[in-house]
This record gives sequence, structure tokens and C-alpha cells, in this order.
Amino acid sequence: MDKVAIVHTGTSNVASVVAALTRAGVTSEIVMDRKSLLAANRIVIPGVGAFGAAMETLRKYDLAETLTKKLREGTPALAICLGMQILFDSSEESPGVQGLGIFRGHIRKFRAGIRVPHLGWNEVKPVRDQVSERWLQSGHAYFAHSFLYPWDDSSDNFATTEYTEHFVSAIETENILACQFHPELSGAWGAALIGRWLGREDINTNPLITAKEEAIKC
Amino acid sequence: MLMVRIIPCLDTHDGKVVKGIRFGNLRDAGSPVELAARYEEQGADEIVVLDISATLEARENRLQTVRELREVLSIPLTVGGGVRSLQHCEDLLNAGADKVSINSAAFRDPELLSRVAERFGSQCTVVAIDAVRTSSDKQGKALSWAVAIDSGRSKMDLTATEWACEAVNRGAGEILLTSWDKDGTRSGYDVDLIRAVATVVEVPIIASGGAARPSDFAKAYDAGASALLAASIFHDGEYSVMNVKQSLSEAGIPVRL
Repeated sequence: MDKVAIVHTGTSNVASVVAALTRAGVTSEIVMDRKSLLAANRIVIPGVGAFGAAMETLRKYDLAETLTKKLREGTPALAICLGMQILFDSSEESPGVQGLGIFRGHIRKFRAGIRVPHLGWNEVKPVRDQVSERWLQSGHAYFAHSFLYPWDDSSDNFATTEYTEHFVSAIETENILACQFHPELSGAWGAALIGRWLGREDINTNPLITAKEEAIKC
Repeated sequence: MLMVRIIPCLDTHDGKVVKGIRFGNLRDAGSPVELAARYEEQGADEIVVLDISATLEARENRLQTVRELREVLSIPLTVGGGVRSLQHCEDLLNAGADKVSINSAAFRDPELLSRVAERFGSQCTVVAIDAVRTSSDKQGKALSWAVAIDSGRSKMDLTATEWACEAVNRGAGEILLTSWDKDGTRSGYDVDLIRAVATVVEVPIIASGGAARPSDFAKAYDAGASALLAASIFHDGEYSVMNVKQSLSEAGIPVRL
């Protein structure tokens, strides 16, 4: 498998993401220029810190447009935490800053009166039934965030989580797996999710299918 | 529903865990990596490493330990101990820490918390507060706590609740709250301290100091702690992380099993 390209979003600490990918059996590299990003076959969009700072970094390194283009073209991508939020139009965290706009909507703060950041392990529940699941499955994931995309019952490709209110904890499209939680810090459940996104679960768990795939490749 | 986190703490010095470890079958009883991996297997929700190495060389070794921990751990890793600057934080985060815990240096220069939070986000900025009981009412219930810094050697004029509020205003996203009176006593967490701080701040609190039995964890949770840290109870092998979580679950407290 090709190297996974981890998009440079600024101050985000990517050591945990790199380690999780390594454990999953793939190599990765941090991509800071447009040309490398254009060539990428698989993309991780990490992100900790602020919405505005991440978008500023993407624009400064001339990566924003290329990233949008790659995502629209169908390049497989995994967006994590703030990496998921910048796929939306905008955020209350950084008024006036335009996100990538892959998903329609506005990110807002948790309602007042609860402990924020929402920090720790919480339940992830896919909205659609188990049968159609490709990547997302129910389980416990590790969260560390103060902003969210509210759950409004409008789509079935979501997973939701409850912390006083229901919010969207993951989105699965044809090519994008966007997680508000940190799969790289979510133990065995998170490792399995990353494995499914990489298409590597069968390699590890079902030698029969692997043998078939190998035969087709030949 | 948000689960309460059970966090084993490794106190390290020169690359070795220094609080008593009584596990028999570890190749190197003091190996933080082996111990942390064992705790993850037992169901730990996060690992905290507090390093007390003082020399520059030991600091470099500590970064290597963090790198090795990151390789094996797929749960969050918080590292603290002698963190004094933005550069220390950056080095630890780059090595693989997910959060940094800052104690005395933050008290001396609260602006450090603002800089760390601005640069890396509040979610990875932990302020560690060591609190010493200073007054009690007639029933022996504690009323106030002073902040202690420099490993408890210096007692400050500011109260733990006052400092907690300021630290949060500066950008700390979590408080690692250790009771100096309870630490190492195996007499349970200081629930009055937890309640007092949990009331004045809205960020999560990691309770620390005094855990001896699973029921202690439940009491600290009821007092308002979001996470419960312990060292010797796990190192002694008396209870595994899973023992504690099962006991909490039976008491109706949400844990990740």
C-alpha cells in the first residue's frame, strides 16, 4: 500500500496518528506542499487546536484548494477531530473563517452548563443499521473537544454521541471517514476502525478473503 | 454518556518507574513501557507519566521513554514533571504525549498556561495542582486548601480553588488535582477537595491521591471527579484496572468495560 499522506494542519500533534498507522501496518508521511498532496492516494486530516489556525495553515501552505479537490474527486480520507470540523463551512470558534465546505453546516460550542472540553470516553452509535456498515460500528471512543456539529436527524450516514445533547460523532461518505473522536487513541476499537478504513481488516482477520484478493491481483 | 476514566499513574525517574511495583512476571519491573501496556490491556482509559528526573540528560531519556510509550499505547498519554516552558511541551507532544501536565512552572508564570493553550489547544493543557489542607471545621471537614509547589516543599498563599479558577481562565482544559494530605496514605481520595474545586470550574478534574479500594473511586466520582488516578493500588497488584471498573459498573457508574 502507498504511504498515507498526513496533511499538515499546523500545531496538531500527529505522533499518535503516525503511531496508530504504523501499528496498522502502513507507513505515513506528513505532507506540507501542494504537489505531494496532489499525488496522495490516501489522506489523513488530523487536527488539534483552533479552527481558524488550522485553516490559516492550510491556506498558507497552499493546501486548502487541493485538499478540497482531492476529497471531491473521491480520494479516501480520514479526518480526525478538528480535521472533521474544518470539512464544514464555518465554526463559532473562529467567526468569519471559511472552512473547506465539503459538508454543509456550522460548528458550534457545546451548550452552557456542562463540563467542557468533552474529554474522555463516550459511546458512538451509528444511525444506520449494522448490516450496511462499512467502517463505523458502535463502541466507545476517546473525545477531546469543545465544539460540535449538532445531530439533526437529517441523514443516515452519521454516528452520534450524547453529552447532554446529541451531536454528530462521525460521518461516513463514499470516500471520507470523518470522526469527532480520536480513533488513534480509542484503544482496540479505534485500531479496528482505522484498519477497516485502510481496508486492512480482512488481511488481519480473514486469511481466506486475503488469499482471494491476492489471486485477483495476480 | 461520558464514562469516568480510570488512569494508572507511573512516577518515573531516569527511565524507570519508581513507586513500588510488585508484579512478579515483568522482565524489568521498572519498565514504564511494559507496565503501561499491561494497564492498557487491563482496560486503563489513559496513562499519566510523571517524571521526576532533574538532569538534562535524563530529560532527553524521558523523551525516548515517551516515544516508546507512544509506539505501544493506543490510549491517551499525559506526561508531566518539571515541565517549565513552551519548548518542553512541544518536545513532549512531538515525542508522542497527547497532553502535558504543568505544575510549579504554571503557578510561577500563569502566562505559560495561556501560551501552551493558545499554541496546542486547551484539550492538551493540563494544570497539576497539589493541594494542602489548611483549615477544617469542628467536624474535621476541610474548608480550604493551599496550593503547594516544588513537590510540596513550598506552601503558597493562594487557595487551590482560587488557583484552579485562574488556571482555567488562562486556558487549562483539565485539572490534575492531588491531595497532598492523602497522597500515599491509602485512606481514600480527599472528596471535600474534589467537591470544592469541581464546584468552581467547569473543566474535567482528575482526582489523585489516596486511592486504596474500589469504593474510594466511586466516592471521588460522586464528588465530581471526571477521572480517577491511582498508582500503588495498581502497582501492588492488589486490584487490576478492570477490577476497579467492574466494581464501579456494579455501583451504576458509567465505565468503559
